[in-house]
Amino acid sequence: MLRNKSFVKRTRKGNIVRTVKEHYLRDDIACGYEKCTSKVCENARKEAEDQGKTTANGINLAAPLSASPRTAVEWGPHYLVPDTNAFVNQIDIFERPIINNVIVLSTVLDELRGLSMAVYNRVRVIIKDSERRWFVFSNEHHRETFIDRQTSESPNDRNDRAIRVAVKWLCKHLVGSSITPILVTNDENNIRKACEDGVNVCRMEGFLKIYSEHPELFDMMGSVSINDRNSADPGWSGYPEYLTPVQIQAGLNSGMFLQGTLQIAPYNYLEGSIYTEFPDGKERRVLILGRKDMNRAIQGDKVVIQILPKSSWRVAPSTALVDEDEDIVPDVSEKSGTTDTTSIVPDTGANSEESRKRARLSQKSTANKAQEKKSGVTIVGSDSSEQDEKSQPEPEPIKPADVGDDLSEGEPTGRVVGIVRRNWRSYCVFLDPNFMHKGVRTSNAPVSVSVLAMDRRIPKIKIRTRQLDILSGQRFVVAVDSWPKESRYPLGHFVRALGDAGDKATETEVLLLEHDVPFQPFTQNVRSDLPAEGEKWIFNPVRDQVSSGRRRDLRDINVCSIDPPGCTDIDDALHAVELPNGNFQVGVHIADVTNFVKPNTAMDKEAAYRSTTVYLVDRRIDMLPELLGTNLCSLRANVDRLAFSCIWELDPEANIVDVTFHKSVIHSKASLTYEAAQNRIDDPSMTDAITNSIRSLNMLAKKLRKRRMEAGALTLSSPEVRFRLENDSQDPVDVEMKALKETNALVEEFMLLANISVAGKIYQHFPDSALLRRHPEPPAQNFDNLQHALKPLGIQLETGSSLALAQSLDRAVLPSDPYFNNLLRILTTRCMMQAQYFCSGTCTPEEFRHYGLATQIYTHFTSPIRRYADVMVHRLLHASIDRDAVYGSELTDKTKMNEQCEILNHRHRMAQQAGRSSVELYTNLFFKGKTVEEFGYVTQVLQNGFSVLIPSYGIEGIVYTASKDNTKDPAALEYEKESHTLTSPDKKSTIGLFNRVQVILKVDDKPVSANVSSMRRKLSLQLVEPQIPRLSISFDELKALRAAASATKQNEQDEEKIVEAVTKHPEQIRNV
Amino acid sequence: MSRQELISPEGLRVDGRRANELRRISCRASVLNSADGSAYYEQGNTKVLVAVYGPREPRNRSLAQQDHATINVEFNIAPFSTSERRKRSKGDKRLLEISSFVKQTFEGAIQTAIYPRSQIDIYIHLLQHDGGTLETCINAATLALVDAGISMMDYVCACTAGFIDETPILDLNFVEESSIEVPNLTVAIMPRNGNIALLQMESKLHSSKLEDVMELAVEGCKHIHRKLDQAVLVAAKDLADKLSN
Repeated sequence: MLRNKSFVKRTRKGNIVRTVKEHYLRDDIACGYEKCTSKVCENARKEAEDQGKTTANGINLAAPLSASPRTAVEWGPHYLVPDTNAFVNQIDIFERPIINNVIVLSTVLDELRGLSMAVYNRVRVIIKDSERRWFVFSNEHHRETFIDRQTSESPNDRNDRAIRVAVKWLCKHLVGSSITPILVTNDENNIRKACEDGVNVCRMEGFLKIYSEHPELFDMMGSVSINDRNSADPGWSGYPEYLTPVQIQAGLNSGMFLQGTLQIAPYNYLEGSIYTEFPDGKERRVLILGRKDMNRAIQGDKVVIQILPKSSWRVAPSTALVDEDEDIVPDVSEKSGTTDTTSIVPDTGANSEESRKRARLSQKSTANKAQEKKSGVTIVGSDSSEQDEKSQPEPEPIKPADVGDDLSEGEPTGRVVGIVRRNWRSYCVFLDPNFMHKGVRTSNAPVSVSVLAMDRRIPKIKIRTRQLDILSGQRFVVAVDSWPKESRYPLGHFVRALGDAGDKATETEVLLLEHDVPFQPFTQNVRSDLPAEGEKWIFNPVRDQVSSGRRRDLRDINVCSIDPPGCTDIDDALHAVELPNGNFQVGVHIADVTNFVKPNTAMDKEAAYRSTTVYLVDRRIDMLPELLGTNLCSLRANVDRLAFSCIWELDPEANIVDVTFHKSVIHSKASLTYEAAQNRIDDPSMTDAITNSIRSLNMLAKKLRKRRMEAGALTLSSPEVRFRLENDSQDPVDVEMKALKETNALVEEFMLLANISVAGKIYQHFPDSALLRRHPEPPAQNFDNLQHALKPLGIQLETGSSLALAQSLDRAVLPSDPYFNNLLRILTTRCMMQAQYFCSGTCTPEEFRHYGLATQIYTHFTSPIRRYADVMVHRLLHASIDRDAVYGSELTDKTKMNEQCEILNHRHRMAQQAGRSSVELYTNLFFKGKTVEEFGYVTQVLQNGFSVLIPSYGIEGIVYTASKDNTKDPAALEYEKESHTLTSPDKKSTIGLFNRVQVILKVDDKPVSANVSSMRRKLSLQLVEPQIPRLSISFDELKALRAAASATKQNEQDEEKIVEAVTKHPEQIRNV
Repeated sequence: MSRQELISPEGLRVDGRRANELRRISCRASVLNSADGSAYYEQGNTKVLVAVYGPREPRNRSLAQQDHATINVEFNIAPFSTSERRKRSKGDKRLLEISSFVKQTFEGAIQTAIYPRSQIDIYIHLLQHDGGTLETCINAATLALVDAGISMMDYVCACTAGFIDETPILDLNFVEESSIEVPNLTVAIMPRNGNIALLQMESKLHSSKLEDVMELAVEGCKHIHRKLDQAVLVAAKDLADKLSN
């Protein structure tokens, strides 16, 4: 049977067209009940069986619904049929494994896809899990459950009716089985109509009663109504209403509004900004300051903004920690949290003239809008509409087109007028200390509490809970449901508990969750894609296509691998042989991961999802199952391993004469550490083949490196440390800087060479869909602050090209301070853009350039065990060299490739941050209970503080020069714009970039639940030197601390070394 | 924005068909009186009208071939065939491409040698567009040629097939066709001996998958052949009825 579906749609150009699509109705759609006796369902089951679509424990994928589902007193055995809103609001509950035997209607899925792709994907994941016994009933294509929209019906009503009709049909269909399908909805109208139709229906709460043994489910209920939660919040006038989508669209088209992703400053959750393209085509930043102007937008939301009048633009430094633009409404809960020293937002009630004016303005414009709505005039595009009708003239908002590059009037600020797309996720949180320990609670009634997110860019979230006593001192996950305009904070619900704060396992899980790192063990599905032989897998010339000539046998070559100590996932091995003509044959052999990971298998999909292996201080979260990563793919010594080889002929000056690529099989003769390799080079008595090969490699690497440096490659620096962990508890006992040896550079040089050669090859064969990596040139203004600070030192950075920069960095040496050059390189690194993966078809060849490496084209080929990008590059390279290679759209489809690139970039960034957070976590554990005095360098000057990098631990922290209550107490140091320094009021001492300071480091040793700062696990720094009144620690205190430090020294022998180092340093500094 | 799901995990395509199902086909021969042969053909929402004139004297003497007939194909898309009205000029390369494909296909199928010094005109008009233009044109032209009583080796039946998410799918509609990553293969066969009259593909498909996709398309062609056969029978019966009256 055929129906035509017709709907009206807006095309990309903005024209409105009617689209007509065919819509076939079928009568072969089964109901999903595993014992259904109707002919259609039996046929469907049989067909699925024939195709092998059954699971190991006898679930037929075409009919997964169990014959004995959960029984409730009221309904007996039943299946749940949730409606769309039930999924949107309660997805966290549905994700609980106890909820199974659910029928998902295709109407609901279609609606979900329109509402929230995120929820849709989560539902799809559940459906895929056959153990859950969820079933999709394609009611939209079922002849008896399809309904036409009636003329008086809205699309929503039609869908609600379609859902009811489907449930009713299922009811009738399942009548013989004594199982009832129950519609789960919270929509009053729907419930009433369903009752009229005689459909079994229940509310979310009602359905949770069935699971009364799981009381935590009630806490997980998404908030639907806010009336009961928005407990009295005096003085809160509510947020302005968002504009309607039509108004937003019109505003965007007319150039009145701008669109962008909201980024919140990491140190101040009331300072947001968006980078967006202005009508003149340039990208600029617009600040969005204060809660009111952010108007319920959260970090990462895609928002539409309006530029505020010039009078409210900000003149202060862009990197200010504290901003005076706080809401005029004092924030009660924040004020009481006076122990909180790190929450940076000043809580002054900020009654500055500025903010009062602003608040008035925003209230007024809301009023305007309300009026305009009534009169039917849209605010959008009509300049006069913002004009105040009353006597008081308010400046109009500015058209984005009028914003120029001249920032003398301050930086433009804006106000959120609408949300394009929310980017809410689950957040790791802890209970607001104000809600803890409020006496013994007697009833079990839910209470409303607010929670603070680990990510300080996220506002407080209000939740309702019955487990207050359990939650205090714990970390847990909440999801945000809504943010009604009456509520100051977003409303959310509890999802699950993670464990006690301060506990290493909990904190590690928190940081993995916060960085969106998938860390669950590999599923059975993924593991089933591993080679059946498991550990016993050995090379087989026939299966591995050596006999057929598609893989070269290189087992007789003297190959060795050089890696850091303790490395188990060996990606790469090398060899070099001198040829009779005086040239060298050099080979880089990379683990042949793609021989085991075939496209579109479960393992491949999982690897693509994970994208990278994440290295934490104490553990590694693998991208590929252990068997492959550390065994079958790992190029260990003395076993036959499959590899992908890149073999050059280099002349003695290290120029490439020829390059070839092969799939190969190698037999590594030795796996060395950097140190061992270095020792072999240095020891003249060693003359075996491996050592000679390493020497040749070293000789060539030096030449390659020299040439690369001449071309303008940058040597940048980042403070990297390694922890020495106690064996049993994995507690950190020592910190050391990572050391670099000549052999590190050797390996790196050949990896770069391989990557560059491969990049050229795949680009030649796949000009549209090669996966490459580029590093854009940083704009000169990124260096402004740095240049400014360097001026007094007589140093000038040439930022014109990477070569000029590299050379000026080499010249920038202070004889008085050997660490200065390193520090400068660290700071220069921070001015750089992020390198990123991209698909060659999406950029012009000029944009391919890798700035940092000074090469025209670059990709990642050498670490397929730990990076998915390399896996993709391996496939591309294989397709380029082997005509018989089988590949599908995954290598040629530009769109797919581009999407994967975005995932890779995101995961890559997150993995780096997770690694850093892990170091931070361990630093804090290391310093817990200790007080350490150290010297450091100022790396950033902010309005009310400065950050200090401590080279010996590679950590960075902030020293605050103004306390939170800075209105009562003038700051010890004032910011000066011209010199970009902080100066004391008596002009005696100043703090500027590169200054050397003495600080005391400590981690609060108080009970973790006591205050916010320890819940957020922050290291605190206090200034010792230079002495600044009211800021630096007093000498008496210092003495006491030093005494305490030496006491610890006697007590704990383990830490002797560090404390010694710490106590030794001060003298050195004073001598300098 | 995520891409549209062209085939759901439940195995249904956007319009509710399964992977190996054709759209609904309805067709009729002898719809125009003035033409020697004509046909109206619908496949889903794609609708075409074909008129065949000839064999007749070539309009231009220079075109006349001594030993066989020339075939002239004109293809036109009605401006109202899509919801956005769009007029195409006569020299539109897309139109010329389709007409030349149709021409080449039928040059092999029509027994041109028995009509020397003559011309056969095939005028194809696309009335409504919903994907699969070339296949519908060929099928409709076959029906019209049969209706005109022109000697052919066999019917020429065409069908498209594509490849989405590791599954070969039959008879792409407009939505499926316009998604770039879906390869779009059009096969025309002469069903009696299975000879391939046309094989044309857009986008890329790995050669190892080609066989499966072609097999499916050929299956579709055979099904279309039965439909065309029925239409011819109906037309013949009509004619017989008229003659006997």
